[in-house]
Amino acid sequence: MGAEPIISLRGLRVAYGSNEVLKGIDLAITPGSFVALLGASGCGKTTLLRTLSGFTPASGGSITVNGRDIQNEPPERRGMAMVFQSYALWSHMSVAQNMGYGLKLRRVPREDIRRRVDALLTMLGLEGYGDRSVTELSGGQRQRVALGRALAVEPQILLLDEPLSNLDARIRLQMRHEIRSIQRHLGVTAILVTHDREEAMVMADQVVILDQGKIAQIGSPEEVYQRPQTPYVASFMGAENIVACETIRDAASMTLRLAHTPQVAVRLDENAFSVPAGPVQVHFRSEMASLGAAGDAPDNCLRIPGTITQASYLGGGYRCEIKTDCGHFFIDHPRPAQIGDAATINIPVSALHVFVRPGNTEVPRPS
Amino acid sequence: MTLSQYPLPRYQIPGVVGTLVRYALIGLFAAAVFGPLLNMLIWTVAEAWYFPAKLPLRWGFAFWTKVFRPEAGAMKALYTSMVIACLTVALSLVLAIPAGYALSKRSLPLRSLFLLFFLLPQAFPTVAVHMNIARIFYGFGLTGTIWGVMLVHAIQGLVFAVWIASAAFAAIGEEQVEAARNLGATPLRAFMTVSLPLAAPGLMASAIFVFLISLDEFSGTFFVGVPDIRTLPLTMLNAALEGNYQIASITALLLLVPSILFMLFVERFLKADVLASVGK
Repeated sequence: MGAEPIISLRGLRVAYGSNEVLKGIDLAITPGSFVALLGASGCGKTTLLRTLSGFTPASGGSITVNGRDIQNEPPERRGMAMVFQSYALWSHMSVAQNMGYGLKLRRVPREDIRRRVDALLTMLGLEGYGDRSVTELSGGQRQRVALGRALAVEPQILLLDEPLSNLDARIRLQMRHEIRSIQRHLGVTAILVTHDREEAMVMADQVVILDQGKIAQIGSPEEVYQRPQTPYVASFMGAENIVACETIRDAASMTLRLAHTPQVAVRLDENAFSVPAGPVQVHFRSEMASLGAAGDAPDNCLRIPGTITQASYLGGGYRCEIKTDCGHFFIDHPRPAQIGDAATINIPVSALHVFVRPGNTEVPRPS
Repeated sequence: MTLSQYPLPRYQIPGVVGTLVRYALIGLFAAAVFGPLLNMLIWTVAEAWYFPAKLPLRWGFAFWTKVFRPEAGAMKALYTSMVIACLTVALSLVLAIPAGYALSKRSLPLRSLFLLFFLLPQAFPTVAVHMNIARIFYGFGLTGTIWGVMLVHAIQGLVFAVWIASAAFAAIGEEQVEAARNLGATPLRAFMTVSLPLAAPGLMASAIFVFLISLDEFSGTFFVGVPDIRTLPLTMLNAALEGNYQIASITALLLLVPSILFMLFVERFLKADVLASVGK
């Protein structure tokens, strides 16, 4: 990544009155990359996008684009085109008029506007829709028009504010790939705001996970998925089963044991886990654990005994809820499970995400 | 305790009663709206109608020729009424568009206070308000002029025009304006190309309202305009006071013409606007 960043944020702060929404964001975005801002609602991801586009003023820090500070530029002079969650199309204009709006502002000759809009319509699979009213279009078509309207002005930076969250599940899956391939094809730098981790992983090269106005982790989809650095990132990336444990160091190795039932323990490979001895919380994914009988003893597994209290069919297998002495867990199982049966959860050591548990805080139990 | 011990109470009104009440109410409503109108229509073609006859004794169009004589002044009054109404609409829109836009912004401090403030003059008896306006206008030499009458009409029309315009602008999504800014439009350009066209139907509705208010206005015209400016409502009242029901009724019917024409015009304009956005 030798290239100069196209956008760099340094210590960016945004406050609405006394409520600080962004608490110092440092971020560098390389030209042509696709960055996803991921986080739960209220984490500040939309505010970050609106601050970039100039609709929300920053209260501190700096935003530079191509090395130039743009904080005092009005939205129309920032060279960023935004696609809104609500599409924000203009119902008094046709599809072609919507898409040609930015070009008309730039006094592009009418013939050139028509040619460019036609090319965009073809690229977006909307041939022949130019003269339609935008009110006649379906949700997916409207979002394509909104995308075309933004792309028509050949922006350096494309801002996508939850562009797919109002669409049907099937169209959403298809649009993810479409937007991604258009972005690659045009080489535009894209910033996507989303709360859907799968969407972020499918579309982005870099995932930025925001937690309460701060960056929790930045990395490739593989990095944030496989090596979450904080409990928040681990939960957000799907490791939602949480169990309170303790680590004990002895001469040669490190042992992990359950806080509630200390006799359940497993040896950790110290190289893979850089946690000090003491209270920890362990996150693991439903699909990485398995259910076994009480008797068998697979190697290198944390084994938590419990009872099956619920099972629902997901298509590929069954998701079972297991009640144990240290909480409820959701575990995927390939075969139908009998409710009320005893079962032992086997979690391979490699699937454990171990984090320091501050003091003796209670670990939130999965509901 | 189980909830089944406490069933929802049943109050049932027999269906026949409901139907009867409904038809009775519709009938009353129709009589209230159309009764006076029908009576007025009959008066326009009655040449002689004395108490206690239920219907006119002699029918005919004799009074129509009277009204349409040039020296009767009805046509001139109709023309004056229309000119004043059109000017009032223009002035109201020019003022209501910026005022309504400003008041539609939720961030504006004391927004609801402003809107209430606009209503305040309507709370006082109109005669008192108009009497004092006439005094003030006299000082400016506005009494007895078209401009004076237009202003006194606009004061009444503006209240509604501003309210409706502010609602029309408030209904536009913030993001639609932001999308225009984002693509390179200055605030003014975004207003002209996005906010204004999107608010147009609401603004047209307020124009109709102001036109009708102006056309019907009486007391302000009386205090500010008389005797130089004679609008149709003044002519009508004169006739009614003289006991000439035929002339009053025919004048009232005449007053309907510009109202209907204006509504047709605005409706056409609205449709053309919608068609333009669909077809082109």
